[in-house]
Amino acid sequence: MTLADAAIDLRGLRKTYGSLEAVRGIDLRVERGEVFALLGPNGAGKTTTVEILEGHRTRTAGEISVLGHDPGRNEPALKRRVGIVLQQTGVDLYLTVREVVEMIAGYYPAPRDVDEVIGLAGLTEQRDQRVKKLSGGQRRRVDLAVALAGDPELLFLDEPTTGFDPSARRQAWETVRGLTALGKTIFLTTHFMDEAQALADRLAIIADGQIVASGTADELIGATSAATRIRFRLPDGAIPPDAAGARVAGSAWEIETDAPTRALNLLTGWALETETPIGDLEVNRRSLEDVYLQLTADAEATE
Amino acid sequence: MNGLALALRQIRYENRAFWRNPPAAFFTFAFPLIFMVIFNVLFGEGASAFFTPAIIVFSVITATYTNLAMTVTIARDEGILKRIRGTPLPPWAYLAGRIGHAIVIGFLLVVIVAGFGAIAYGVEIPWAVMPTVLLVLVVGSASFSAIGLAVTGLIPNSDAAPAVVNATILPVLFISNVFIPIENAPAWVDAVSHILPVRHFADAMLGLYAAGSAADFPWQELGVMAGWGLIGVIGALRFFSWEPRR
Repeated sequence: MTLADAAIDLRGLRKTYGSLEAVRGIDLRVERGEVFALLGPNGAGKTTTVEILEGHRTRTAGEISVLGHDPGRNEPALKRRVGIVLQQTGVDLYLTVREVVEMIAGYYPAPRDVDEVIGLAGLTEQRDQRVKKLSGGQRRRVDLAVALAGDPELLFLDEPTTGFDPSARRQAWETVRGLTALGKTIFLTTHFMDEAQALADRLAIIADGQIVASGTADELIGATSAATRIRFRLPDGAIPPDAAGARVAGSAWEIETDAPTRALNLLTGWALETETPIGDLEVNRRSLEDVYLQLTADAEATE
Repeated sequence: MNGLALALRQIRYENRAFWRNPPAAFFTFAFPLIFMVIFNVLFGEGASAFFTPAIIVFSVITATYTNLAMTVTIARDEGILKRIRGTPLPPWAYLAGRIGHAIVIGFLLVVIVAGFGAIAYGVEIPWAVMPTVLLVLVVGSASFSAIGLAVTGLIPNSDAAPAVVNATILPVLFISNVFIPIENAPAWVDAVSHILPVRHFADAMLGLYAAGSAADFPWQELGVMAGWGLIGVIGALRFFSWEPRR
């Protein structure tokens, strides 16, 4: 495959602001039709990266292909094929939802039907209301509708659900899933682990301007040593067998292992034999959040 | 759609949004008339021959320079400009839409002020030199639009916009034969005002109103205004920004 086959291909992207290195050598590849999430804490370089891809910012170094174009050139040919939901954007508050979408749709050669776009964004009921009258969450939906107006192949969503209540977030996720069904490629930034896990086919974790891990959520969880965590309580004074590898974690015990069957067998065998009651037994796969916190903490530690 | 059609379409949307904020629209039109009435009361009956063309000039400057410098800065802070920048709309077509709308409002104001001057104060509209009057209005509104856009590049954010805009235009209006007839001013004030474009806009309009067909064609005034317009265009190209500086 050549550079142009991917929706996005980034090699050695760097961005410095004066002496501050916001992005220090990022390589990324996003295939067509996939949802890709760039996950990282605030200030890690997510927005800088996505805004360079959108053409809003210049880069210091690196090669970029977005749908075969260099976004730094500001070509209308690329802008016609891309939709952008920025973190903070405005529309004219005195126009109605329909007028705003219609206005933006007119900038594109082959826009999607205006009412269909409004429906996709979940704004059919608010269609004839002025943007000024809408709630914050509804205005965020206007952002999405505007980004979809030109029927883009590639959609950038920069922290699309920040500030949403939990039910609005779930609704927004449903909307994004609906878009993937239309064959759109989606590049998403977020600092919510559950969002990345729920939506993304593949993701990359960025910390301190560098990619510290990338792959599917399963690959990321599996790639770190102990993928399963077993937690339980024991009566005072009871100590599990050494072979189980348990350690004290607060008022409970914890085992982190790659071989949970064996660990559980050892633990429950020992409990039956010694007639020790095991309380609050939990067996959890490590979550993406654990991986994320570990990786981003490692990145900070090496600073 | 080609760029020109897109720009015209943009004017229509700007216009629609403008009229949906009636208090803002009302005071946009009432503002120059309030000044006109107050000046006529303060300076007496004979003053209307001066203040009708002077307030016409003030109206055009308010509608273009003041209005664009303020609203474009606010739109920039709100992220409207950045959003437009991410679409295939040519940037010039968007700005042309905003300028076009400002000029439409400016011309409506001119009609209202000239009409009010004629009806309320009997100040005759200079029909005999109407093509020249229109040329002065076109060059004036285009130049002050360009300067207004250039100034947005010097305004860091919308909080600073009213201070910067007022501080740059009000003193100039006072020394440029618009708010006060300048005949008794010290020579250096007269000299300074001749460097700036407002004085030339005012002198051209006052001359056409006062002398009618006997007025000289205002070459020099149009030249200075156009020169400032060119500086505005160069400044806008150099300093215009699609995102606020924070």
